[in-house]
Amino acid sequence: MLPKQLLETLQAQIANAEHPRELAVDVMLSLQQHYGYLSDEALEEGARLLGMTPLEMEELATFYDFIYREPVGKFVIHVCDGVVCWMNGYESVMGYLCKKLGIEPGETTKDGLFTILPTACIGYCDLSPAMLINGRPHGPLTAEKIDHILNRLRTEPPPVRMAR
Amino acid sequence: MYPQVLFQNRKPNRIATIDEYRQSGGYEALATALQKYSPKEVQQIVVDANLQGRGGAGFPAGLKWKAVADDFPFPRYIISNIDEYEPGTFKDRVMTHTDPHMIIEGMILAGYAVLASQGMVFVRPSYESSAVIFERELKIAREAGYLGKNILGSNFSFDIVVHRSGGRYICGEGTAQINAIQGKRPYPVQSPVRSTEKGLWDKPTVLNNMETLVNVPHVVRHGAEWFKGLAKTKSSSGTKLYCVSGKVNRPGCFELPMGIRLSEIIDEYGGGMLPGHQFKTCLPGGASTLYLPKKYYDVEMDFDSVKKVGNRLGTGAIIVFDQKTCLVGATLNLIEFFVRESCGWCTPCREALPFIRDLLWRIENGEGQEEFIPMLRRMSQHTWKSYCAFAPGATMPVTSLLDHFMDEVQEHISQKKCPFKG
Repeated sequence: MLPKQLLETLQAQIANAEHPRELAVDVMLSLQQHYGYLSDEALEEGARLLGMTPLEMEELATFYDFIYREPVGKFVIHVCDGVVCWMNGYESVMGYLCKKLGIEPGETTKDGLFTILPTACIGYCDLSPAMLINGRPHGPLTAEKIDHILNRLRTEPPPVRMAR
Repeated sequence: MYPQVLFQNRKPNRIATIDEYRQSGGYEALATALQKYSPKEVQQIVVDANLQGRGGAGFPAGLKWKAVADDFPFPRYIISNIDEYEPGTFKDRVMTHTDPHMIIEGMILAGYAVLASQGMVFVRPSYESSAVIFERELKIAREAGYLGKNILGSNFSFDIVVHRSGGRYICGEGTAQINAIQGKRPYPVQSPVRSTEKGLWDKPTVLNNMETLVNVPHVVRHGAEWFKGLAKTKSSSGTKLYCVSGKVNRPGCFELPMGIRLSEIIDEYGGGMLPGHQFKTCLPGGASTLYLPKKYYDVEMDFDSVKKVGNRLGTGAIIVFDQKTCLVGATLNLIEFFVRESCGWCTPCREALPFIRDLLWRIENGEGQEEFIPMLRRMSQHTWKSYCAFAPGATMPVTSLLDHFMDEVQEHISQKKCPFKG
């Protein structure tokens, strides 16, 4: 069940919208932020709020890169594998991250902190090789910089801003 | 240093405030337009200025607005795309972090030109900071009377909202973007009726690239002739936000005259090639343009001139490759991107792109055969039968690899390995 406050916020947003379906992605992002990922339960709740069928919402959820239909870690690392990052060392960045965290792309660390996902060009080609962690860009990446970022994330919770 | 119009308020590490924008003449064009010009006159100024759409196709913005006929219904919409999933492109991000009110004013003027009542800014997830900036600055613009009912005491009412995307390349395609906003799976739509007649919620909808819109206030304020004079070549006008990335010393986004030579952009503004690296080729306008042979290193970077050398200006995002970078590997990476980003709706795109990927993968990994080359060409041809421009764009690096860098492909096949890997 959604907490009362989140439910009321979403209901108010939807009531104000001329076309509620316009908010489909916003609703999914809000639910995802609450549950950590878009669980089946969250998907059904979102669909109900918007007057859509769960299947219609599933069609959207599975289309988008930043909607997670499976559990993810507290920090989702989107490593850019666009051509500029590829040219500037994507493979070693990805290799180093996987080695440091002991997981493969698409997996989550046992402590539930980190998930690594390869991602289409994120638009930070001037900071290449680059990655996003919970929406925040980092680059140009080196082994030292990655160590520093991971250590910081392990010790202090940064502001998480994926939805409004 | 060339005149800075769009980046005139650019500051290191800070966004220009509404006051700074106003001090530089911001929102004057809006006040003038609402007092003195009819929507038709605003359209005409932009047509006369030859403002070509900056999203890649170069279609004149004024003509797009004119396609919204008087008898088309209301409400009408303006959508601006800050999605730019095109690899190598990051100008919209830099612009929103430079002077957001310039975008807002441009969008209001576009709204006035077609009598729209709502504008929508479509933002990708990796640009969440742009979305946050927009929401904050839209509120400020609303409080200042530039948005909302009866703007600056006129009869014109207009507002802008931010639409967050879930993130997918195909959302940059106009009709797919409309589907995305409507909460439908963002497939492109083929329709005999243009979006300017029946778009968002079946109402007239104009889609303009953000960079197109930021030019509008300046065109309205200073006139068509001034705007044309900014460009270096006759057939183009205005300045352009060129993004430079890859093996250069200073990757970044630079505002330079339209039609400036590629060599000047890379050598002067991109800081030249990295030490020990030589220019091999570049993609002049993002991933769905063609590798540019070195003999065109001096090409004038505007829509017509780049077209004349058989290429596309696209988004003006210049991705620079050096002599040590394997172009078969680069093309494989690009095709991987397009395979993953294909919406999968139509057969030529869904089937041909993975086929091409497989052939390139084999060539790169020492399993290439001569007969793959005609197969690559044939498969690339098939994509022209696809539903939207995505797949033909995806094959541009492939065909230009075969046209201009066949030696490299042949070396892979004859040596049974990638010659760039030790």
